[in-house]
Amino acid sequence: MVHDAVPAEEKTVLDEGIEKGASRLTEERIAEVINRVLYGEGGARIRVYVDTCVHCGLCSEGCHYYLSHDKDPHYSPAGKVKQTLWEMIRKKGRVSPEFMKRAAEIAHTQCNACKRCSMYCPFGIDIAYLMLVVRRIVHLLGMTPLYIQSTAHSHSATMNQMWVKGDEWPDTLQWQEDEARGEVAGLRIPLEKEGAEIMYSVIGPEPKFQAQLIYQAAIIMNAAGMNWTMPATSGWDNSDMAMYTGDNELMGRIKRRHFETAIRLKVKKIVMGECGHAFRSVYDMGNRWLGWKMPPIPIVHAIEFYYDLLKEGRIKIAKKWTDPVTLHDPCNVVRGRGLHEKARYVVSQICENLIEMHPNREHNYCCCAGGGVINCGPPYKMTRMLGNRVKAEQLFETKSKGAKTLIAPCHNCHSGLEDINHHYGLEMDVKFISDILYAVMEKPEKA
Amino acid sequence: MNDLYRFVTGPLAWIAFLVFVAGSLVRIGHMLYLVRKKEAFIFSYFSMSYGLRSIFNWLIPYGPVNMRRHAVLTAVTFIFHLALIFTPIFLLSHVVLWDENWNVSYWSLPDAAADILTVVVIACCAFFWIRRMTQAEVRFLTSASDYVILLLVAAPFVTGFLAYHQVSGYPLFSILHVLTGEIMLMIIPFTRLTHMLFFPFTRAYTGSEFGAVRHARDW
Ligand code: SF4
Ligand code: SF4
Repeated sequence: MVHDAVPAEEKTVLDEGIEKGASRLTEERIAEVINRVLYGEGGARIRVYVDTCVHCGLCSEGCHYYLSHDKDPHYSPAGKVKQTLWEMIRKKGRVSPEFMKRAAEIAHTQCNACKRCSMYCPFGIDIAYLMLVVRRIVHLLGMTPLYIQSTAHSHSATMNQMWVKGDEWPDTLQWQEDEARGEVAGLRIPLEKEGAEIMYSVIGPEPKFQAQLIYQAAIIMNAAGMNWTMPATSGWDNSDMAMYTGDNELMGRIKRRHFETAIRLKVKKIVMGECGHAFRSVYDMGNRWLGWKMPPIPIVHAIEFYYDLLKEGRIKIAKKWTDPVTLHDPCNVVRGRGLHEKARYVVSQICENLIEMHPNREHNYCCCAGGGVINCGPPYKMTRMLGNRVKAEQLFETKSKGAKTLIAPCHNCHSGLEDINHHYGLEMDVKFISDILYAVMEKPEKA
Repeated sequence: MNDLYRFVTGPLAWIAFLVFVAGSLVRIGHMLYLVRKKEAFIFSYFSMSYGLRSIFNWLIPYGPVNMRRHAVLTAVTFIFHLALIFTPIFLLSHVVLWDENWNVSYWSLPDAAADILTVVVIACCAFFWIRRMTQAEVRFLTSASDYVILLLVAAPFVTGFLAYHQVSGYPLFSILHVLTGEIMLMIIPFTRLTHMLFFPFTRAYTGSEFGAVRHARDW
């Protein structure tokens, strides 16, 4: 039985984070960390999942990597557990630094933690969780891929993902406010407004290079007449790469800052932009680490927020989007929150024609960017492109039925699908819901 | 030979049942202990209704998407598990044993039907064996123990079949039948056959997370 074999077509990616980290390791240190994680920190789920798996391979077709690599078993969900955890358990943690390099690559770049496979396993075994356990080990061994580790450092130093400095943040908001006032007279982006109903939070990349999204949000909030605010301090960023590097302690710090900022502002709820991983972090993982069963303040994802606005008639549509659209269901808010029907309602209200991709809803294929994979940076771009051929095929089929616009209501999905779009020459127009909502809504008086 | 027969049907049978029951309780108990100690949050996220919803949906043949994708395997899996559990419980010669020893009597399978079900179980095992050897994604996950377990599951049925049809040397097959049956029972808690014990728990937990927290379906 070949255990460490690397699939033939896998090109070796040199990742400085992994290489440097591995060069410092000894087998003793590896064994110590593995056993600490497997038997000290965790235990119940790992043990039961590994013992219950009947090696039936039924999870395979759940995974887009497996499907995209012509059913190469190295990419099957259980196959990834075999190449990592099974071996660690069998050898009582005494695996080589070489083995750990491969394990880091598998857990960080060949699994999006999308949980699709747990809907294909008869036992509901959560392979995504098991891969995150491997990432935790990789983190404690100090061999996390370079780019995502740098993002985690940014979180740690600035409490946001993109090294946005203290004053850059309110500056950006004021800049967007100025711009938006050119379109809507008297528009405000209220900062630090205590007792507002809503705190609006975004992810690091928005102020850094997608400021138009903040602009659009401001226009939508204003048109809907919401009582909202944004913090002028740190805590504005809801994103969380530490959750994906297995740095749970840092994840806790980031989430605490986010929740506490909302509590300080005495808002009733947090509304967040169209981001999936951040939603997972505030709704599912970060709150748990901090000991809250559910978030201490209600968290509303943008899809749900737009749904409410449209249902309550707070936003009127001037003229629906005419290009036929297709809708990508992001794992973290669909398998992670069941927002697929609300997303469809929103799309039906703002677009004339929705062409469904197949499979869809809970069964949609992952974008291959989420789960921290896109954050592992340029070295792994081809891993994502080759690992998600099925997505390109799925989109192509939709395109052949006439879809021109691809709606991706999640930042990771958006960037990942944009890459797929270019790599496979699909020439679709990738949009957030807010891009379209902003374009088709009735706006208040011009300045 | 007679002594051996008396041993396997007497003390060893007791031991086998004991090991099975006690082993199962210990495994489940240990799991609950581990959850309590390490991951107690699982209890607070556990939802009886969503857990049952998930188990229920996964017990419907061809309900879950993945079952529909594997039409033949799904049929074989259901037939196999039903025959595997049903046949030994309702086999006439087993029912007679209950009656003789404990004065418990209940409905039994006609012999011809039991004979067919036995062959069905063996054929299903052969199917799984071939699938393990030929399907790349299954072969990749397979280790020697998977084949051994499959053999141990088939063994009581093969030997029972031979004994019932009184092929030459059948007294030996009777003994082997009882012995392998007992072995199979005893290894349930300690091998991958524990999936029988853990299925309701893993399924219900996933069902709870999907249903109660994530508001999504898991099938
Ligand atoms: S990428 Fe998704 S489907 Fe594939 S192994 Fe990871 S969680 Fe499972
Ligand atoms: S489907 Fe489940 S039981 Fe089968 S190999 Fe995959 S994880 Fe294991």
